[in-house]
Amino acid sequence: METAAYIEKDDSLRRGLTAGLSIAFGYMPVAITFGLLAGSTGLTVFEAVLMSMLVFAGAAQYMALSMIAIGAGALEIVLATFIVNFRHLLMSASINERAEPTSKKFRSLFGFFLTDEVFAVSSVKQPPVSGSYILGVGLSAYSSWVGFTAAGYFTGALLPAVLQESMGIALYALFIALLVPSVKEEGRPVIILALMGGGFHWIYQLFMETGWAIMSATITAVILYELLDVKRRKDHE
Amino acid sequence: MNETMLWMIVGMAVVTYVPRILPLLVLSTENWPPWLRRMLSRVPYAVLGALIFPGIIYAYDAIWYGLLGGAAAFFIAYTGAPLIAVVAGTIFILTGINLLM
Repeated sequence: METAAYIEKDDSLRRGLTAGLSIAFGYMPVAITFGLLAGSTGLTVFEAVLMSMLVFAGAAQYMALSMIAIGAGALEIVLATFIVNFRHLLMSASINERAEPTSKKFRSLFGFFLTDEVFAVSSVKQPPVSGSYILGVGLSAYSSWVGFTAAGYFTGALLPAVLQESMGIALYALFIALLVPSVKEEGRPVIILALMGGGFHWIYQLFMETGWAIMSATITAVILYELLDVKRRKDHE
Repeated sequence: MNETMLWMIVGMAVVTYVPRILPLLVLSTENWPPWLRRMLSRVPYAVLGALIFPGIIYAYDAIWYGLLGGAAAFFIAYTGAPLIAVVAGTIFILTGINLLM
């Protein structure tokens, strides 16, 4: 019994690492560009790689670079990072609902890796999602992020320009690829939720910081959907 | 290494890590009302929508280029291809179009 459980766990880590490859691929150009910009902003290679190792959050790291460039203070940058990354609270709560029960220690380990992309790949799986699977996805993504930050710092234009340009689509392609199977499986609810999420983000980003806009859009979409759903069920009665 | 920079990075790490793990450590969702759990289970789809749009139309100088990439990704994904094939295939198609023009 214990051996069987162990093997199953072991396998879910491997499956997670494989699923994470698509993120690793998508992060490559983003991390290379980060490394490149970090160098031109005046960070040492150690500082750039350390930031990728400890923070592991693309949008916040780019924002930090632009703020350093205009001479913003450290505290200001930390506060902006908090605002941009606070959205993960909601994603993490959703993962908490879907993940199989594990120790708090293990949760605080895989929780470190919960970027938008790791969250997205992990959460479209049927619950209960194994913690080892999430860890696997996270480790794949993380290795790429840290590795290509260093690569970008030293080499910059590793890839032919035409390919680099097209790679801006990588993460969006990943998100679409994650959504499509759920659309095929569950249809309307998924389409409506995604359209509302995108629509409200579009409105909110006109006057809000990206992180807050994504979070507010998600909350608005989920609440509105629930209200419409309750009303629809009442009307059917 | 610049000491202020080190502390700034550590600070950024802390404010990123705490929201990521807080719900995993302190929430016990078992006793939450069904409507709230239902809403949490719908979060992934709303988030995916928000992550795709409007970012995809601003990904390139030309709006249609991002939309074309989105359509390509959608069709490849619809065939049931694995994630990595969707990502690689979309990049491949956009690169091809880029080279032709």
